Amino acid sequence: MSTSHGYYIPHKATWPVLVTAGLLCMLAGFAGYLNGSSSGSGFMLLGFAIFIVMLAGWFTLQAGESESGTYNTQVGISFRMGMMWFIFSEVMFFAVFFGTLWYTRNLSVPWLGGEGTGAATKELLWPSFEAKWPSNGPKHLVDGKPDGGEFEAMGAFGLPLLNTLLLLSSGVTCTWAHHGLLAKNRDQLIKGLIATVTLGFLFVLCQATEYHEAYTEMGLTLGTGIYGSTFFMLTGFHGFHVCVGAIILSVVLFRSWKGHFKPENHFAFEAAAWYWHFVDVVWLGLFIFVYIM
Amino acid sequence: MSAIVAEHDEHHDHDDHGPAKGILRWIITTNHKDIGTLYLIFALAMFFVGGVMALIIRAELFQPGLSFVEPQFFNSMTTMHALVMIFGGVMPAFVGLANWMIPLMIGAPDMALPRMNNMSFWMLVAGVVLLSSTLFMEGGAPAAGWTMYPPLVLQTGKALPFAIFSVHLLGISSIMGAINIIATIFNMRAPGMTLMRMPMFVWTWVITAFLLIAVMPVFAGAVTMLLTDKFFETSFFDAAGGGDPVLYQHIFWFFGHPEVYILILPTFGIASTIIPVFSRKPLFGYSSMVYATAAIAFLSFIVWAHHMFTVGMPLAGELYFMYSTMIIAVPTAVKVFNWTATMWKGAMTFETPMLFSISFVVLFTMGGFTGLMMAIAPSDLQYHDTYFIVAHFHYVLVPSAVFMIMAAAYYWLPKWTGNMYNEKIGQLHFWLSAVSVNILFFPQHFLGLAGMPRRIPDYAVQFTDWNMISSIGGFIFGFSQLLFLYIVVDTIRGGTGEKVTNEVWEGALQYGGGMTQGLEWTLPSPPPYHTFGEAPEVVVIEYEH
Repeated sequence: MSTSHGYYIPHKATWPVLVTAGLLCMLAGFAGYLNGSSSGSGFMLLGFAIFIVMLAGWFTLQAGESESGTYNTQVGISFRMGMMWFIFSEVMFFAVFFGTLWYTRNLSVPWLGGEGTGAATKELLWPSFEAKWPSNGPKHLVDGKPDGGEFEAMGAFGLPLLNTLLLLSSGVTCTWAHHGLLAKNRDQLIKGLIATVTLGFLFVLCQATEYHEAYTEMGLTLGTGIYGSTFFMLTGFHGFHVCVGAIILSVVLFRSWKGHFKPENHFAFEAAAWYWHFVDVVWLGLFIFVYIM
Repeated sequence: MSAIVAEHDEHHDHDDHGPAKGILRWIITTNHKDIGTLYLIFALAMFFVGGVMALIIRAELFQPGLSFVEPQFFNSMTTMHALVMIFGGVMPAFVGLANWMIPLMIGAPDMALPRMNNMSFWMLVAGVVLLSSTLFMEGGAPAAGWTMYPPLVLQTGKALPFAIFSVHLLGISSIMGAINIIATIFNMRAPGMTLMRMPMFVWTWVITAFLLIAVMPVFAGAVTMLLTDKFFETSFFDAAGGGDPVLYQHIFWFFGHPEVYILILPTFGIASTIIPVFSRKPLFGYSSMVYATAAIAFLSFIVWAHHMFTVGMPLAGELYFMYSTMIIAVPTAVKVFNWTATMWKGAMTFETPMLFSISFVVLFTMGGFTGLMMAIAPSDLQYHDTYFIVAHFHYVLVPSAVFMIMAAAYYWLPKWTGNMYNEKIGQLHFWLSAVSVNILFFPQHFLGLAGMPRRIPDYAVQFTDWNMISSIGGFIFGFSQLLFLYIVVDTIRGGTGEKVTNEVWEGALQYGGGMTQGLEWTLPSPPPYHTFGEAPEVVVIEYEH
């Protein structure tokens, strides 16, 4: 149905409840897996498959509606508001982990080292612990000596610098693709998107290499005290978002190749680009606060 | 789904689309009224589930010693009662009211993103299913309190990952609901319905929605770190690894304080809608109400550590959080004075919605004052984690949020169903609730001041008398709510048999909107399945001063 002023109101949506069912099955399975249940991982994979298939169905429907001109400008504004506030919620999600990094680095580790009101803690519990960053915490000290929990901190100017360049250039190619779309230059649009997606997946590949090195050669794992925790949580969630963003852009690429999008109507492209730039900005924050500082 | 595209081709047949047949109507609906109904019924059910848990707690506390349940189960009940009531009861009730009323109040054809609206309801159900499943697990349901502080919560049995994922699902549901409400309010208003003319309920909800989008991800992040601390060897909340359990408390309350305002701001909006109608006067100080709501929302982000005065904070921190917390009393007082001034010299009548609203103004103010007492950091050392805080937040949740949800139900049920509820039983329900809620919670102030700790199944014998009185009040309150259930069912099935007019309440058209006529009262009762396919005329009311 569409109202007299042309705002499209869909009826009888079957996808949302199925997407939800998939997500529920996946999370229940994951929880079971964590509890050591043998069927947990099966349910998790099944749920994930349902989730993805249903999501794909839902997006196919929306893409078809969009191409057939079902949505007027006002509907487009609703979509854009939705995407904008979704990205804001993601910003708040990352803010938690940046805040955690700030707090542990500037407050809790110095307190454990005896600063401020932490003198008693240090003297009574871990007299030999020296506050420094990066730190894996006092648990790796036996009589003041490391118990074998040595690790190497991640440097900034190897793979991470390369990754920064990859992501920044992918932001440029994404904008170049957008210009192509606006100028009705389909070739530029597709090439720009291919470049963006490629750079995105290259980033993920580099990060995987970095993680592999951390685990196998540097002794740096999730269990490496607070440094390992914050490092992997921040970069891991970011890497996950890069994957999601690259998949979204791949879908946009596929749709561009199929001839979708017009200069005046390409919400999906815009949403994907906004998301990609958001992921880009988060990375700059990571590069500065996790790697350089 | 191809049906939808096909429907689109016949462009102007919009009024003859009925709902799907049978149970499927409710599963695949995208209609804001259907989804509002689903939310409200779900919330009502959860209200009773959480209520049963509360009665288990009060039964155990009727006398000292262990009488009915194991301590572990008792702690599960305090935890689950809170989670069910907050995330399953009060929040969904508000979202249900928002779904039903916001499109009607601003003249929109539906919510802005109807498919997502359907999904946010089912996400809520999924979250509550995961949460409830923990009741039947090895090790019992989570028992570390709804705040889930580590390291205690990490001792939870099999329930822990389920509870954490349930928080994620409930968070996704809330964020999607909030995004939908923001898009609806900013993009779907009828011409002439400017922001500073919107009904207060719409205003309070848009501000609540911003709070939700800002803090639900924060809670999700906090519980994610609990999950990795438990299962993936991280040390976020473990001092031995360089982390800090107090960090969790900071993050939790950065979410938690805005969260408690999420539970109260729509309450304010309902009161600001009902009180003018039954006083036959416009709302006193409309714009100051808007600014006060925004101020309260802003302050909610910068006061969180007043929940942590006893945890060990630098003195400067204690002082800052003490003073900033007290500032909240200013915009809140603006609201209370405005409601009082609205009633002043009004031609008041006292139907059930108004009775609940007046008792809300009085009892919420009491809850606010005890809040001020606890804001004083040195005094809070005495009150912290006692029954005083239990009394405080129940005063701002039960005779405030819950009362106003019920007031809203009485106020709008005739509009929703076209039938009038039984006023006599409604008033009986009000008086039983208003009296028993005070028998239930007022003595808890005394218990707390005398030092009775919260979340403990047993207590010293000197606390017995007030606990018995409190439990008796609790059972009267709990069973009185069956009257509400009866009234809701009865009204849906025909009520008094009297057919109500479009306006339902005398003066609702004139005083029931914001600075315009109340749009929902221009519609038939009950309204057709689709409303405002054509934007309505917004009639601005000019008030003489």
